[in-house]
Amino acid sequence: MAAHNLKHALFCAIVTLIISYPILGFNLASEGTTVTLEGAKTSTIVGVLLAAVVVFLFQLFRDNLMGSLRQLPAVNPLANRKPMEQSKRLKLESTLLTLMIIGALVWPFIASRGAVDLSTLVLIYIMLALGLNVVVGLAGLLDLGYVAFYAVGAYTFALLSQYYGVSFWFALPIGALLAALFGLVLGFPVLRLRGDYLAIVTLGFGEIIRILLNNMTNLTGGPNGIGGIPDPTLFGMEFGRRVKEEGNTSFHETFGIAYSGEHKVIFLYLIALVLAVITAIAIRRLMRMPVGRAWEALREDEIAAKSLGLNRTAVKLSAFTIGAFFAGFAGTVFASKQGFISPESFVFLESAIILAIVVLGGMGSQMGVILAAIAVTILPELAREFSEYRMLIFGAAMVLMMVWRPQGLLPMRRIHIELKKQE
Amino acid sequence: MLEVQNLSMRFGGLLAVDQVSLDVREHEIVAIIGPNGAGKTTVFNCMSGFYKPTGGKILFKGGEIQGKPDYKISRLGLVRTFQHVRLFSRMTVVENLLVAQHRHLNTNLLSGILNTPNYREKEQKSLDRAAYWLDRVGLTDMANREAGNLAYGQQRRLEIARCMVTEPKLLMLDEPAAGLNPAETKDLNQLIISLKEDYNVSVVLIEHDMSLVMDISDRINVINQGRPLASGTPDEIRRNDDVIKAYLGEA
Ligand SMILES: Nc1ncnc2c1ncn2[C@@H]1O[C@H](COP(=O)(O)OP(=O)(O)O)[C@@H](O)[C@H]1O
Ligand SMILES: [Mg+2]
Repeated sequence: MAAHNLKHALFCAIVTLIISYPILGFNLASEGTTVTLEGAKTSTIVGVLLAAVVVFLFQLFRDNLMGSLRQLPAVNPLANRKPMEQSKRLKLESTLLTLMIIGALVWPFIASRGAVDLSTLVLIYIMLALGLNVVVGLAGLLDLGYVAFYAVGAYTFALLSQYYGVSFWFALPIGALLAALFGLVLGFPVLRLRGDYLAIVTLGFGEIIRILLNNMTNLTGGPNGIGGIPDPTLFGMEFGRRVKEEGNTSFHETFGIAYSGEHKVIFLYLIALVLAVITAIAIRRLMRMPVGRAWEALREDEIAAKSLGLNRTAVKLSAFTIGAFFAGFAGTVFASKQGFISPESFVFLESAIILAIVVLGGMGSQMGVILAAIAVTILPELAREFSEYRMLIFGAAMVLMMVWRPQGLLPMRRIHIELKKQE
Repeated sequence: MLEVQNLSMRFGGLLAVDQVSLDVREHEIVAIIGPNGAGKTTVFNCMSGFYKPTGGKILFKGGEIQGKPDYKISRLGLVRTFQHVRLFSRMTVVENLLVAQHRHLNTNLLSGILNTPNYREKEQKSLDRAAYWLDRVGLTDMANREAGNLAYGQQRRLEIARCMVTEPKLLMLDEPAAGLNPAETKDLNQLIISLKEDYNVSVVLIEHDMSLVMDISDRINVINQGRPLASGTPDEIRRNDDVIKAYLGEA
């Protein structure tokens, strides 16, 4: 056993060296037209060697280390607590949610402009994660290309405004519905696949959409993106310094207040907040509706569900479509907030981040998803110096999470319908 | 109402079901018996659309149903239970009964999200039906428990109730008495008879418990190694030499 461990550890250390030494150990130096290879600084080489030693030691003592990691959940003092009673939990949850919404309403008037802008982004991610939660957490379909529907929503608004001058409020439902339509059309052939296959195909679909956007240059502007996407208006009032569109008035003139760039930011934030709350409420209701129960039943025991007359494809398709719908929602808001979009905003990494929010939050739980969305969006902003290591930290956090609390921050506890005693 | 004609099902080299025929009339309890591995469950799987039979026909009310998708067959009114209980174990008992009714429900998403009176009325109806059947199988006290936490006998009864809320015309029960104690078996016996008498469903029953089978069946089909061995009334089966040799004799 020990000999095997030693052999394995040595092997891993050597692989580390083979991989990292050529990449980090040499530098390309250009002198005029020629390029020469020279050794890197000693400190880098020492670093590479140290890394190999660390890998060696870790592999050698891996079993012990992982063993102690497994103790971690037990350290969590709340781990073995009994689940709260449903009625109590519901009360607590609705109080918390109300407080959160009140806080969120006050927030833009006390925070700085940058903070409000960031909060809008958080709200967009909350919408996205809540939507993906329907697909992954509730219906149990691993969708790695979710960002495609987000892109459909954003580009719908951008293109409609560019070519037809359509306003935000018109584009919002259109973008969401079009995204839902995409979900429906894609879902139909794809949902016959199971598990890993589904993940791969959706991943591919996400990339296809992005590459299409990149290459349909005369329609979408390709990598240059689309700019000049208008801000939302409030009953025909614009938030810019000057009115851009005939027939509109400007917000600050109507109310006789001085112009401030902040009005627009706060307005967008409030729109995002309202839409996020609508999303949360709608999905909450869906979970308690027949379709929500059908999702769960199909996840629990597909064969039994089918034997009772549930149409697997239709039920899964409904989840896929509804998830896409909310992504389209979020996409429209995003386009409006940025004023400029390009395929860069819809890379696979976005799908991964949204999925990470769902997993971290606890599949299927809304409260957890909201908290995780806040954490995942804000932490990188707070630690900008570490931005290069963002993905590394992210990965480490996911691994730790899986060991420590595989069910997510706040695992889902579904609201059960209760049968009242009849007299 | 149901007619199975020369049904065959082949798995690679194994002919699990070979030219089996049976028919079920309205208001009748028909049993399928035979030793383990005889192909009884496979016949059920073909009838309920889980397998596409490799030969033969299945007619339900005159229409061919072999090879139709499982959920469509279920919606025609042919609903089954499983040899190994299949409940939605992390859902509550009453929710198990609600899920089963979801094809009766208005699937309009918008009316649900907006919680319209029409939607609420339908929800209430299915809750009432669930409550009725819970009472009928004696599980009312368990309504809000997770189905996975029920005792085995209760799970069996819940599975039958879950079929009944779909208002089936033909119920297929795969070894419903397996693992039940004698008292529970007796209750089951009465329940099945009442399903036929009071709710007008026909029942096809796979069962090893001979006393149960002989007691409640109107007719019995014996299968041995995939092939039909005999069929007839309980008395005829009891006297059939082939059956005694191949099956009853062993027990
Ligand atoms: N999906 C399958 N693939 C291959 N063989 C199967 C399959 N289902 C059943 N069989 C075989 O068919 C035969 C009949 O099985 P089954 O119908 O379960 O018997 P019974 O229910 O009468 O005990 C067995 O030999 C079994 O191994
Ligand atoms: Mg069997």
